[in-house]
Amino acid sequence: MTATPVLQLRQLARTHGSGPTEVHALRPLDLDVFPGELVAVMGPSGSGKSTLLTLAGGLDAPTSGTVTVEGTDLTTASRRDVAALRRRAIGYVFQDYNLIPALTAAENIALPRELDGIRAKKARTEALAALDEMGLADIADRFPDEISGGQQQRTAIARALVGDRRLVLADEPTGALDSETGESVLAVLRARCDAGAAGILVTHEPRFAAWADRVVFLRDGEVVDQTLRSDASALLTPGAAQ
Amino acid sequence: MSIRHGLLALLESGPRYGNQLRAEFESRTGATWPLNVGQVYTTLNRLERDGLVKPDGEDDSGHALYAITGDGRAELRVWYATPVDRQRPARDELAIKLAMAVGAPGVDISAVIQAQRAHTIGAMQDYTRLKAQALTTLEHPEAGSDDLAWLLVLEQLIFQAEAEARWLDHSEARLVRVARSAQARGDGTAPDRGRRGAARDAAR
Repeated sequence: MTATPVLQLRQLARTHGSGPTEVHALRPLDLDVFPGELVAVMGPSGSGKSTLLTLAGGLDAPTSGTVTVEGTDLTTASRRDVAALRRRAIGYVFQDYNLIPALTAAENIALPRELDGIRAKKARTEALAALDEMGLADIADRFPDEISGGQQQRTAIARALVGDRRLVLADEPTGALDSETGESVLAVLRARCDAGAAGILVTHEPRFAAWADRVVFLRDGEVVDQTLRSDASALLTPGAAQ
Repeated sequence: MSIRHGLLALLESGPRYGNQLRAEFESRTGATWPLNVGQVYTTLNRLERDGLVKPDGEDDSGHALYAITGDGRAELRVWYATPVDRQRPARDELAIKLAMAVGAPGVDISAVIQAQRAHTIGAMQDYTRLKAQALTTLEHPEAGSDDLAWLLVLEQLIFQAEAEARWLDHSEARLVRVARSAQARGDGTAPDRGRRGAARDAAR
């Protein structure tokens, strides 16, 4: 690929503690994620998947190495620039949804946009469109405690995808969802990447990882293997054998 | 056997000739299990011998047609009503490979598992891409039962690969656990050389 990566990790490492209690959460790792690309990260718990995601999103600082998002190195940029980038360019879907209980679903989605200077009316229109994309048009004006866990999760995903997010980071985004709904979430994530965003999906579900262009396997903080999406074999194309 | 019953099922909706049966079988299963026309005619001959189909003249272009018989319909009903046998599982090369790798000298079983996992998930990526296409096709108003049948077959391939990937994860975790408890006991007390070898492999 000749395009510039949306996310570039170089020799990225994170160590907790020091001396005999030192833990290498992530060993020096290189990773590029290009526009249009969805990368799945798999591995057992403790393998560094979530560490990778929090570092990539600028939510934690690496022990060494660099994180570059849309050309800005998060490890050297000012706090203010990092905060702006996090708000505008990066969408997060984490295991705990972090919805604000005093705001409706639509308000939860509109809030970060308004903080970013978008006018309230436009932010609400965007929020309603994002909810509709997740099949949640009906619950726009309900509060988090009035909707199911699955609906809360999809609201959090709608919030992560609203606006022009160039980088989407998802940590087990299908956790509380049944298999069918989980699938539709993946389809939305896939569509967002097909439209030009870059995405990282941390998951332990092979069926969801299979939506990615590339699957990276982590073990003990290191990449041990990865798959590339190949051209689907002609054997499986209906009618190809005729 | 599946080709036999697959052909009977296609003939139930009316007489067909050999190449037509082959094409219809493949449009339902997306050429996942490609048939050649020779296999189709061999199967039709056996079905005719068993009284389940009979020759039914020719179409306008001179193709020899076959029709399902009353016995053929009865056979088909029994097939739909009977579960596919799981009592005697098909021989599985991967299961045999892992069984042989346990304790085999010079074999890193966790490397065997990882190589397979990457391959299996890679195959799932292919199937999933085809599935995404199939889902798009199904949204078209002119989509038919062939498109739905193909989606079901693809999803079967995905679920089967997923089961394999999960089993690999489980096997890896199992090997690590066995290795840890062997270490806790002290290497010398493990009763069986083969198992100890496997535990050491897993611990790497």
